[in-house]
Amino acid sequence: MNWDWQVVDDFMPRFWDGVLVTLQALAIGTLISFALGLVWALAQRSPLVWVRWPVTAVTEFIRNTPLLVQLFFLFYVVPNFGPSMSPLTTGIVGLGLHYSTYTAEVYRAGIEGVPAGQWEAATALSLSRSRTWRAVILPQAIRRVVPPLGNYVVAMLKDSPMIATIGAFDMLGEAQAFSNETFTTEALTVVGVAFIVIAYPASLLIRALERRLVR
Amino acid sequence: MMSSEFFTTWFLPGIWVTIQVTVYAAALGAVVAFGIGLARASQYWIVRFLAGVYFEIFRGTSALVLMFWMFFALPLFGWQLAPMWAGVSALGLTYGAYGSEVVRGSLAAVSPAQKEAGIALNFTRWQRLRLIELPQAWPEMVPPFNNLLIELMKGTALVSVITVADMTFAGNLLRLGTNETTPVYTLLLVLYFVLAFLITRGMRVLERKAKAGIGQQPEKRGGITAKTGARGESLQAGAPSAGGVR
Repeated sequence: MNWDWQVVDDFMPRFWDGVLVTLQALAIGTLISFALGLVWALAQRSPLVWVRWPVTAVTEFIRNTPLLVQLFFLFYVVPNFGPSMSPLTTGIVGLGLHYSTYTAEVYRAGIEGVPAGQWEAATALSLSRSRTWRAVILPQAIRRVVPPLGNYVVAMLKDSPMIATIGAFDMLGEAQAFSNETFTTEALTVVGVAFIVIAYPASLLIRALERRLVR
Repeated sequence: MMSSEFFTTWFLPGIWVTIQVTVYAAALGAVVAFGIGLARASQYWIVRFLAGVYFEIFRGTSALVLMFWMFFALPLFGWQLAPMWAGVSALGLTYGAYGSEVVRGSLAAVSPAQKEAGIALNFTRWQRLRLIELPQAWPEMVPPFNNLLIELMKGTALVSVITVADMTFAGNLLRLGTNETTPVYTLLLVLYFVLAFLITRGMRVLERKAKAGIGQQPEKRGGITAKTGARGESLQAGAPSAGGVR
């Protein structure tokens, strides 16, 4: 075993660049997945069968196929007939889209967890459909969904290095490039440890949130 | 378009490699899940602590980074793994850590009265576990294991980046060779979906059998995947509801 701290030192500036890109992908990917997931969840409850059915099919398909292949699809196939995007943008869209199908399930469970009496009360008060959602159902559902959503953010963090495979310079991308240039492997170890260092406090935070929010 | 020769030399073996990696990693993952899951319920604090450390470390790492590390960095510590085994170990160790939470949670959900009955009947700890606790916890484990197995199967696509010739690797090879991307990546997505579908069907049968073994009916569910949290993480939210046999 030959561990060289000098190599680690040389890698540090690029490591921080990578951390920034990873966090950026994570932040925007999270926003996309939270927003899109809500759209899927509401569409799956639509009274119209031709909305509900295709949305369910598409989300099931996305959830049951690998993110890696979806990234390849977005990066190599979509430009044939649609917009061509930079590796980072593709990665963010891929992460957001993939995880939106998971967050949709979380929202769905959260909405179904609101007692039926709440719906009936809203009907009895003759609240409009949009008012029922905004003022009665969603505020109660959101309390239940925060901890599982947090878990998916951590899961997304751990899947984010996949965007390096299509050429984005996140933590793993930087480590790979650095390792190839210098024929060393310390950078990979640093990145591996960095993931634990970021993910562990995050999951502790989620457990604390869970204790506070769920009764 | 994909030539039939390419199909038989790369794609079909690729499908087989994907299935192999899934099976081997699932087997390793199951061993790890039960080993660590039982260790986390141990009566000795040091065993619980070490198992907890394993769980936190492998739940915190990214499977892809771990795989890269095993493939590129581990040889420098004097351990050269064949690409396929680096992939299988990384997946098995990571998903085994997720699985250990499922095992621990389901064992904790077995009614305390059942354990006390075992103690009253003078069963040893091992007998209690084997004859009373595991048979009742097992049906609870099957649906979350189904989700984990699908996550793991999706994770096998990662082995293509460490040069294991699975079906994603075959797809990338074809892209490099012909620049025809639409048919091959579409086919790949469909194939993975079919695999996930088959896994879910198989696990449903297993669940029905497991529940029948303790005299229960399986719940009705829509969709092709069980709707509890994948990766067993959000399972914890409501899990230890000491219901015992429900």
